[in-house]
Amino acid sequence: MDRTKLVEVLRDHPFLQGMKAEHVARMADLAQEVQIGKDQMIFRQGDESGLFYLILSGKVALEASAPGRVLRVQTVGAGEELGWSSAMSEGGKNFQARVLEPVQALTFDGARLRQACQEDPVFGYQFLQKLLRVVVRRLQATRMQLLDLYAPVHGGSKLI
Amino acid sequence: MSVAAAVQPASVLPPPMTMARVASVVKETYDTFTLTLEPSGGEPLPGFAPGQFSMLYVFGVGELPISISGDPNESGRLYYTVRSVGKATHALVNLKPGQAVGVRGPFGTSWPVEAARGRDVLIVAGGIGLAPLRPAIHEVLRHRDDYVRLIVLYGARSPRDLLYRKQLAEWGRLADTQVLSTVDYGGVNWRGYVGVVTTLFRYVRLHPVGTTAMICGPEIMMRFVVREIEKRGIGRSQIYLSMERNMKCAVGFCGHCQLGPYFVCKDGPIFTYEQMRPWLEKHEL
Repeated sequence: MDRTKLVEVLRDHPFLQGMKAEHVARMADLAQEVQIGKDQMIFRQGDESGLFYLILSGKVALEASAPGRVLRVQTVGAGEELGWSSAMSEGGKNFQARVLEPVQALTFDGARLRQACQEDPVFGYQFLQKLLRVVVRRLQATRMQLLDLYAPVHGGSKLI
Repeated sequence: MSVAAAVQPASVLPPPMTMARVASVVKETYDTFTLTLEPSGGEPLPGFAPGQFSMLYVFGVGELPISISGDPNESGRLYYTVRSVGKATHALVNLKPGQAVGVRGPFGTSWPVEAARGRDVLIVAGGIGLAPLRPAIHEVLRHRDDYVRLIVLYGARSPRDLLYRKQLAEWGRLADTQVLSTVDYGGVNWRGYVGVVTTLFRYVRLHPVGTTAMICGPEIMMRFVVREIEKRGIGRSQIYLSMERNMKCAVGFCGHCQLGPYFVCKDGPIFTYEQMRPWLEKHEL
């Protein structure tokens, strides 16, 4: 992908929507394009992966593995983000990410992202605000999952 | 002087019961079944509009309000998708072919399938909430050229809780039709989406002006879904919800299902979000 196309793709990605052109260009400086095949593991539990992903196409499942079983807790796809914690700090992964449909993505090294945020606080504020939106959205979705909304309700309601 | 007989308002007269018999009970999931009723004797079963419900009388057990889940254009039979969650529903889904059931209705308001002609139709369902929306989907598909896009977003607890899986797959293959299903928890064999139904909004593009939305599911889910729809610029008068309340008489007489100024059985169950907004987030209503 050439530089012009890369900037265009970044500008159109929902994560960067509304970001100033100079900040999109800064992201483009840090971006690496990757393609990952079906059933590949992007990272595993405990991995020290420091990459943040903007997914352009495909589908990835976040899973927790326990003895004898694997639980799929979330899927992310085109227009979404993966590995947001890498942009905040180093540390082992709590979940594993498995490719369900071939993925095309842009990756960003977490350490370089943090450095860019420190060097340019305006960019840093913009970037972290967008990252926070992702975290809030994920937190709300997790809370809704915890509510177990579809569990049977006993009572006299119209039983749908 | 003669005294005129008192005239009962039509709305409080319970409509007569039609006798039906069970044609079949088909298992949809481990706890949900689709009951097919056919006429018992000469009296035909009543027609219905998408989104309406019937009161089904299980003899010796009681009467239950259940949404009609079949194709409104299929005459002669009525379909009900029932989750077995208590004594009465358990009795209903355990009826055998040939056994009798009393049917009153149909009752209530319906999905705005006529008003949605010429527009995109967005269907958002959670859990067994897909059942009362299925007649609207049938109606749109039967008159496919009268509508623009059909988008179905469906969320369930787990893959084994998904209703009508074969039909969902068939609908998803049709032109100008997008069907996305997600589950709250999935195993490794599930290749679809995992996450709450609101996460599916990231994968669809909605026309702010030309879309009519129809939503049915748990009330909390509907509140979050409405927020997603409103964020995309769709007006409150174009968002329709099917409300659940404690229905007993189905004709607005007993008052069990009162919600603000409305009786859900008579004025609903389908309302615009414009109508429901003041009452949806009201504590203890």
